[in-house]
Amino acid sequence: MIRVVLPAHLRTLARISGEVKLELDGPATTAGLLDSLEEEYPVLRGAIRDHDTHKRRAFVRFFACEEDISLEPPETPLPDAVLSGAEPFCIIGAMAGG
Amino acid sequence: MSRIRLLVGTTKGAFILTSDGRREEWDVNGPYFGGWEMYHVKGSPADPDRIWASQSTGWFGQVVQRSEDGGKTWNPVGNEFSYEGGTSTHQWYDGTPHPWEFARVWHFEPSPGDPDTLYAGVEDAALFKSSDGGGSWQELAGLRKQDSGPQWQPGAGGMCLHTIVLHPTNPDVMLVAISAAGVFRSDDAGATWRPANKGLRSEQIPNPEAEVGHCVHRIAIHSSRPDVLYMQKHWDVMRSDDCGLSWREVSGDLPTDFGFAIDVHAQDPDTVYVVPIKSDSEHFPPEGRLRVYRSRSGGNEWEPLTKGLPQDNCYVNVLREAMSVDSLDPCGVYFGTTGGQVYASADEGDSWAPVVRDLPRVLSVEAQTIP
Repeated sequence: MIRVVLPAHLRTLARISGEVKLELDGPATTAGLLDSLEEEYPVLRGAIRDHDTHKRRAFVRFFACEEDISLEPPETPLPDAVLSGAEPFCIIGAMAGG
Repeated sequence: MSRIRLLVGTTKGAFILTSDGRREEWDVNGPYFGGWEMYHVKGSPADPDRIWASQSTGWFGQVVQRSEDGGKTWNPVGNEFSYEGGTSTHQWYDGTPHPWEFARVWHFEPSPGDPDTLYAGVEDAALFKSSDGGGSWQELAGLRKQDSGPQWQPGAGGMCLHTIVLHPTNPDVMLVAISAAGVFRSDDAGATWRPANKGLRSEQIPNPEAEVGHCVHRIAIHSSRPDVLYMQKHWDVMRSDDCGLSWREVSGDLPTDFGFAIDVHAQDPDTVYVVPIKSDSEHFPPEGRLRVYRSRSGGNEWEPLTKGLPQDNCYVNVLREAMSVDSLDPCGVYFGTTGGQVYASADEGDSWAPVVRDLPRVLSVEAQTIP
């Protein structure tokens, strides 16, 4: 069971509270996790990465085990601590005022 | 008695304001989609309880929401806006080539007769059509691919397709307006397009009378006289009597002819409303006095409407999408400001009262007359 933390706007959009808990059907990678997340919550398609290219949106970042993994290739395996559920996979929107 | 529903989009959510036909007391509901930018909220003329809302942020992109019950509940529908064809470019602000990139939906234009058909004007400027109520979107790419497309440049607010005019009696005729490219007209239901800017003059561009490159802010039409169009350009209020084939200036005695919003009285196609703004560098009313100007003669002669509007120290703007009229008699007129006020007039503009004063910056106002 993988734990995913979403930013507030995306929790509201997906109508969820707290963390998302996912079972991965596909590869245990960032791309595989996002595929499963979008399969479970189709409204998130386009909100985290581009519909067609799957390129991460510019103001969205991925953190795992307190490391910024945003720039890692999407095929990078997820850390063991994320796979075991010990640590969440965090999707974070850039900070901004106003 | 008919009811009025105002659909208000702001930078931090949508609001729905309702009143009975007297238009004196209003209920305010919202925010819906709090914290998101709501560029436009518009209902279907064929089914007024079916409403679409453009929800976006720079962080998480575009969502399209649809309500089937007049805005009480909402569900997301299709948000995939894919440009047709490879990697063509338009011009960036500095004149260099820039690839077309979808940013957001600025405007929805539902079909007058079919609740499943609507059009979306988007940034970067393109026109999309849905035939399934917003579930899926197909680009009408003939617009972007006509000859001038690679020369289009963005205005200060982005390169947006912000106005869609559907001819009320000839479904083959459509017009769109793009900042800062100008007006384009189709005579084959959106398959092919041509510039429709003859008569426009813009001193801010290298060739003031160029075929494209004009910063058109808004076009308004009256359904009973569809060949007459009114335009608020960057500077100049314009009129066309041949559905966009040519334009003439009708700014007349306005105190300034810069502005964004323009609309036409629901019963009288010669009565037009604008909100003059001081200049392109000072986006607030002249002298700090918020005045709507009304022409009863289709332009040129204008009268200020001030009763109930702030006449001291008022420095708000009224954006292009933020004025609307209802279809009651006497006609109701509504507008929202960048200061968060929504003003209503139940007497054709003779007097005004705030419906609500402290919303976020108002991006759009649409009036629905509910039987």
